[in-house]
Amino acid sequence: MAVKRKPRLSVWKFASCDGCQLSLLDCEDELLAVAGAVEIAYFVEASRAVVKGPYDLTLVDGSITTAHDAEVIKQVRRASKYLVALGTCANSGGIQALRNFQDVNDFIKAVYEHPEYIETLKESTPIAAHVKVDFGLNGCPINKRQLLKVINAFLQGRPPMVRSHSVCIDCKLRGNICVMVMGTPCLGPVTHAGCGALCPTYHRGCYGCYGPKETPNTAALAARFSQKLGMSEPNLVRAFRAFYANAPAFRQESEAHDR
Amino acid sequence: MTGKNIIVKYLARVEGEGGLNIQIKDNAVTRVQLKIFEPPRFFEAFLRGRNFTEAPDITCRICGICPVAYQMSAVHALEAALGVTVPAPIRALRRLLYCGEWIESHGLHVFMLHAPDFLGYQDAIRMAQDHPDTVKMGLQLKKVGNDIVTLLGGREIHPINVRVGGFYKAPRPQDLAPLVENLKWALEAAVKTVRWVGGFTFPEFQQDYEFVALRHQNEYPINEGRVVSSKGLDIHVQDYEQHFVETQAPHSHALHSRLKARGAYFVGPLARYNLNFDRLTPLAREMAREAGLGPVCLNPFQSIIVRAVELLYAVEEALAIIAAYDKPEQPAAPVEPRAVTACAATEAPRGLLYHRYRLDAAGVILEAKIVPPTSQNQGIIEADLGQFVSRRLDLPDEQLTWQCEQMVRNYDPCISCATHFLKLNLERG
Repeated sequence: MAVKRKPRLSVWKFASCDGCQLSLLDCEDELLAVAGAVEIAYFVEASRAVVKGPYDLTLVDGSITTAHDAEVIKQVRRASKYLVALGTCANSGGIQALRNFQDVNDFIKAVYEHPEYIETLKESTPIAAHVKVDFGLNGCPINKRQLLKVINAFLQGRPPMVRSHSVCIDCKLRGNICVMVMGTPCLGPVTHAGCGALCPTYHRGCYGCYGPKETPNTAALAARFSQKLGMSEPNLVRAFRAFYANAPAFRQESEAHDR
Repeated sequence: MTGKNIIVKYLARVEGEGGLNIQIKDNAVTRVQLKIFEPPRFFEAFLRGRNFTEAPDITCRICGICPVAYQMSAVHALEAALGVTVPAPIRALRRLLYCGEWIESHGLHVFMLHAPDFLGYQDAIRMAQDHPDTVKMGLQLKKVGNDIVTLLGGREIHPINVRVGGFYKAPRPQDLAPLVENLKWALEAAVKTVRWVGGFTFPEFQQDYEFVALRHQNEYPINEGRVVSSKGLDIHVQDYEQHFVETQAPHSHALHSRLKARGAYFVGPLARYNLNFDRLTPLAREMAREAGLGPVCLNPFQSIIVRAVELLYAVEEALAIIAAYDKPEQPAAPVEPRAVTACAATEAPRGLLYHRYRLDAAGVILEAKIVPPTSQNQGIIEADLGQFVSRRLDLPDEQLTWQCEQMVRNYDPCISCATHFLKLNLERG
């Protein structure tokens, strides 16, 4: 009788802080159960053992910033049935996409004495700019509970359910007092939920590290920051040009104030 | 035999992308390169033009394993620049937050990344099939650390509650109480961990190292102290760049840091332990002795014991901090920007982490410099590998390659940090 093979999971890293793949190892209570349900076939951070593809589910952490990585991601896609991009780096280019707004050669010269040794592309780009992505889980870092839900959904063969409303809704659900009412600028109205409205819960404004929600009205929020809270144009640029600087909605808003 | 190459294209069980090339000719090691392919991310460049208040949130994105370390070096450097002294409860909360990161990071490294080498497993998941209770204990220890970071910081990776001057929201003593029971369990588990790793077999190996770590007048160093070494260096962190210099090698995206006077040096748990054994708790010292360590340990393979001892220390320290904690009147001290330059160093789980910032009068960052632990250890890792391989040339390639990987993992290298990857190429040519 044929024995059903366990689904094969692979985890890949490109330019990133490693935090999103680490989120899987941070599932301390569930890690051994996950490892029982799937064959962890490729996960260099956790294992020396390497099982060749094809893979049933591939998780990708990091953005594409080198010509080499732009080739590797194509091979990874060919070897993968489903590919899920994790976090801001894989979904929008990450904080390192700040280079996209300047000349990367100036950046190299600022950090390295011998720029000629450094291999890098002009822009930091998301995985979807190179290959088809089946699902993007956002956050800097991702929420590990959402990661488990996404892995589970793909193993069950159904689409992942991740709510796309704004941080504001989560804030209301937690019963927080709105920090904007208290005079603190907050990106919550335009930012994708998933963190559990952490920053307002800790009495600070959201800084947008889960990226833009669907159809965000960034212009209205920027006008409020400027007119009611006295935020300067350079600070408006900084507010929208951070962890999701390269996401189209935030990019357009930061460029509108960068003169 | 004329020669060969040992090549590890992608070093496993380390954080980030790196490899190793070792070239052997006529029974001698002719070249060792720790190759770091991790793509550069240019943090020091894009910090220019950001507000000083953004530095803790931005720099923590250098590393998902030790974000607290980046936040702590950033806030200490900026507070030194702006003349801010934080009240005692805020200082205590920061030490508690950092203890959480030490417990999480050391728990991850001891159980998930390093122990499988000593017991001959490809990874901790496979190790768990034969040692389920031990791996579960390791995961729970790691979780106790993460729980501290989550409670104080909002989440375990890239905490959101740290600011220049203190915190956005300070916990009440009763908020910390739920940590105590788990920490008491962790104390027992950490003692068991020291005994467990103390029973491993360690290759005989040592070199004439210069250890560099912080030293504080009465505490085991975490957030503060003078920069001292085992060869007589004893300086204020302000003078760090007069004594240490970063250079660039063609094979690496990480800068190499060297002591101007004497070259390569060693940072991390072993360095902290050797320079601060007398600052450990009596229980931590006793357990180190029981595991076979003296006040000085020169074998980098035994760093796994030292990590377990530091894990124990961090658990005890966390309990002590919680027991003595009073809520600060304000969660943060007031901070006003001015044109100034200043620096600080703290002890990341992997070793000394130096930050320097230059600000304009409005508090905009004009220049930033960050020297992570793995940049500092690169020279020593390469020197260790050269010595280690030259004494084991008769080993089969597969075994020698694995032992070289284990040697690199002695340093718990964090390559995302250092580039701001590790490939092992063992070339016998």
